[in-house]
Amino acid sequence: MSQAPKPEELLRVSHIPPKKDWMDPRVDLIPGTWGYPGKASSLETLGLPNPREWNPTDEDWKLPPNWKEIIHEGLKERLEKYRSLKVFLDICVRCGACADKCHFFIGSGDPKNMPVLRAELLRSIYRKDFTAVGRMLGTFAGGRELTEDVIKEWFYYFHQCTECRRCSLYCPYGIDTAEITIVVRELLNLIGVNIDWILGAAANCYRTGNHLGLEPHTFKGNIDFLVDDIEEYVGVRLNPTFNRKGAEVLFIAPSGDVFADPGIFTYMGYLMLFEHIGLDYTISTYASEGGNFGLFTSQETMKRLNSKMYAEAKRLGVKWILGGECGHMWRVLHQYMDTMNGPADFLEVPKSPLTGTVFDNAKSTKMIHIVEFMADLIHHGKLKLNPKRNDYLRTTWHDSCNVSRGMGMFEEPRYVLKSVCNNFFEMPENTIREQTFCCGGGTGLNAGEFEYLRMMGGMPRAFAVKHVQEKHGVNLLVNVCALDRAILPPLMDYWAPEVAVSGLTELVANALVMEGEHDRPTDLRGEDIPGLEGDE
Amino acid sequence: MAVWYSLLLVLGMSLFVYLGAGLLGLQAIFGIVIPYAAILVFLIGFTMRVLGWAKSPVPFRIPTTAGQQKSLDWIKPSKIDSPYTTWGVVGRMAMEVLLFRSLFRNTKAEITEGKLAYGSNKWLWLGGILFHYTFLTIVIRHLRFFTEPVPYFVQVLDNIDGMLQIGSPVIYQTDVILVAALLFLLIRRLVSPQLRYLSLPADYFPLFLILGIALSGIMMRYFAIFKVDLMSVKVLAMGLATFNPTVPEGIGVMFYIHLFFFSMLLAYFPFSKLMHLGGVFLSPTRNLPNDSRMVRHVNPWNAPVKVHTYEHYEDDFREKMIEADLPVEKQA
Repeated sequence: MSQAPKPEELLRVSHIPPKKDWMDPRVDLIPGTWGYPGKASSLETLGLPNPREWNPTDEDWKLPPNWKEIIHEGLKERLEKYRSLKVFLDICVRCGACADKCHFFIGSGDPKNMPVLRAELLRSIYRKDFTAVGRMLGTFAGGRELTEDVIKEWFYYFHQCTECRRCSLYCPYGIDTAEITIVVRELLNLIGVNIDWILGAAANCYRTGNHLGLEPHTFKGNIDFLVDDIEEYVGVRLNPTFNRKGAEVLFIAPSGDVFADPGIFTYMGYLMLFEHIGLDYTISTYASEGGNFGLFTSQETMKRLNSKMYAEAKRLGVKWILGGECGHMWRVLHQYMDTMNGPADFLEVPKSPLTGTVFDNAKSTKMIHIVEFMADLIHHGKLKLNPKRNDYLRTTWHDSCNVSRGMGMFEEPRYVLKSVCNNFFEMPENTIREQTFCCGGGTGLNAGEFEYLRMMGGMPRAFAVKHVQEKHGVNLLVNVCALDRAILPPLMDYWAPEVAVSGLTELVANALVMEGEHDRPTDLRGEDIPGLEGDE
Repeated sequence: MAVWYSLLLVLGMSLFVYLGAGLLGLQAIFGIVIPYAAILVFLIGFTMRVLGWAKSPVPFRIPTTAGQQKSLDWIKPSKIDSPYTTWGVVGRMAMEVLLFRSLFRNTKAEITEGKLAYGSNKWLWLGGILFHYTFLTIVIRHLRFFTEPVPYFVQVLDNIDGMLQIGSPVIYQTDVILVAALLFLLIRRLVSPQLRYLSLPADYFPLFLILGIALSGIMMRYFAIFKVDLMSVKVLAMGLATFNPTVPEGIGVMFYIHLFFFSMLLAYFPFSKLMHLGGVFLSPTRNLPNDSRMVRHVNPWNAPVKVHTYEHYEDDFREKMIEADLPVEKQA
């Protein structure tokens, strides 16, 4: 926590804008609020332009000599490709309704983190270069000259947006800052301005199939460790299969769940659930990443990484695809995949082999969310559950941005959570469901060097948790996103100590009564469950 | 600065009319040429703008989902906030356009005593909706100048608007509310430090311009020294509407200021943020159904990309895969 000041200091944030006019693009790179640049090797792996060694604190960013032309042409092309961009650049009335909806503005007080002003950073360039009034009247019409300082400003502020879309919910015209951020990050990538935490992960996904860069044997090895842990804590030996042709279902989870605490407990949950119901499934080492770091890079990169899912489903000859707990992954799967890489006419409409439920809501993509799948199983009484095993937990539910405002999955997880845990408390209504707050580190802002920014941006989320912690004694923040599982634990340590973080399937598995299990006085983390000694 | 520039611009415009139509007697310019030109600019500009937007495709289906998706039979979907049918989308758009649904959600975040609180904040919604509906009512009321006989609904609207029967001539409620709403929208921009920081001349100018239209209209109607001959105004308006324009004598200069302001609003419209009137209908986060997994959305510029194929992947890792007992397509 070296970069972030004490919570008390952060709380004294001022929302009063500085004297300096916002049209002045010069930025101070505050330590802890910006990311290290993308490595040349990552750019080369992905075939992205201008790989080089550079540093944001340097005066010279080593942009290509014709960078201005590249940006201009890039923007022109995108205006022709995206109606959203064109409309959103033209119709904002700057009413300010979005301003205090952004977690980064609430937490930092920096006026350029107001979504309206963040968009103006691009809009002002657009006006000057692409509108008659802006060309004629310049600054008076809100136009700005495109300079290297603007590029630096873009780099800074468009990596202080997590594309969570909370602002778009309140905008009277639905202006979505995520669309603006996506385009600006694409433009920056055209001249080689990007951050390592995204580019490195995207390059890894491209090469090995997952963002950690786990090669096939290591990926399998990691899951074998989880199988060992399950055997130890549950007493059942599982045998997941990999790259197996002819399985009914291909299962794809965010790879963070294979590797990082507490995601691994969620992965153990997946494995136990599938064993419990006898699902005929396989895991792919090639399509071993659910998350899509291309979404934070460019639509083209997103498509390249996403293509592996359908390609692998086709190669293995499965009937449909099941997806694990993840946020951005589901934004891509729900709103982009079928368009980019479909039609998936070689697959069948997902049908639960246990309940016979046909998932018509995914009749075109042929891919369903594990929470939808579990809710259906529980509703039909197909899981043997002992919710008392979760009685020591007092839970609240964090709606992840992307499954909330990019999918609309609200009731399924609540139904599952309430079915496996007796103590559930909602956070205040302005902070949940479609109004949910970001964890503060989505879209690749999870790097260590962004820590200060995340503590600021995660403040609204953390305060809502703290509220139910104080009111109801909540001690577990449950969610359905791999980034949340990585980002929320330090955030809780900072703002609301003693609140742990878990995925939903972890709790389901903890409550699952497995055939052949031994006495289970511990949870999946190997920790003693209070009050359960001698209970079973 | 932005606010003073905008105010001066509007004041300058009224001086310009005072000189032109008042002192120099160029009524034909201000009564006929400018209004016609303004309408032309508005119609052509508006159409071009909308066509410009429509020309760019919608590559992805990206609604902002604000309610429960349609998934399992026993979970109640949110038909309007997360629409999955055409009628649902129509409903969502109607709520958005007619009731300002999204703005109605508005909250205000405040950090007080170490706590972060969200208060309900509907003032912007109220000010916005009052402004738009009173302005619309007033525009419709003005049809009585352009029609003969005056349509029944215009007469009814006129009667309702003057329902309170205060003053002579009767005061229209909409006149009062419109000015109040405009002042609210203006003052909130000046009072809120954040809004003042981000506001451009393009934000103040339309407010002053519409305020100018409203005030010049009110002065003509309610204040004796600015009174204009309504019969002559009607003759001029009917002339414009029937493409047989004439300029009757003796219409006061206040009328020309009023007409000029409105003409300027029309001409300015297509080049400004006022185009939100057309744009809101084309917003892809609002006007698309949340059914992307049910029905495939086609992107017209979707093109093949270079991918890392499975074959390539296996070539990279074959030996390690075999060693780890992972199935392979080709033995080493």
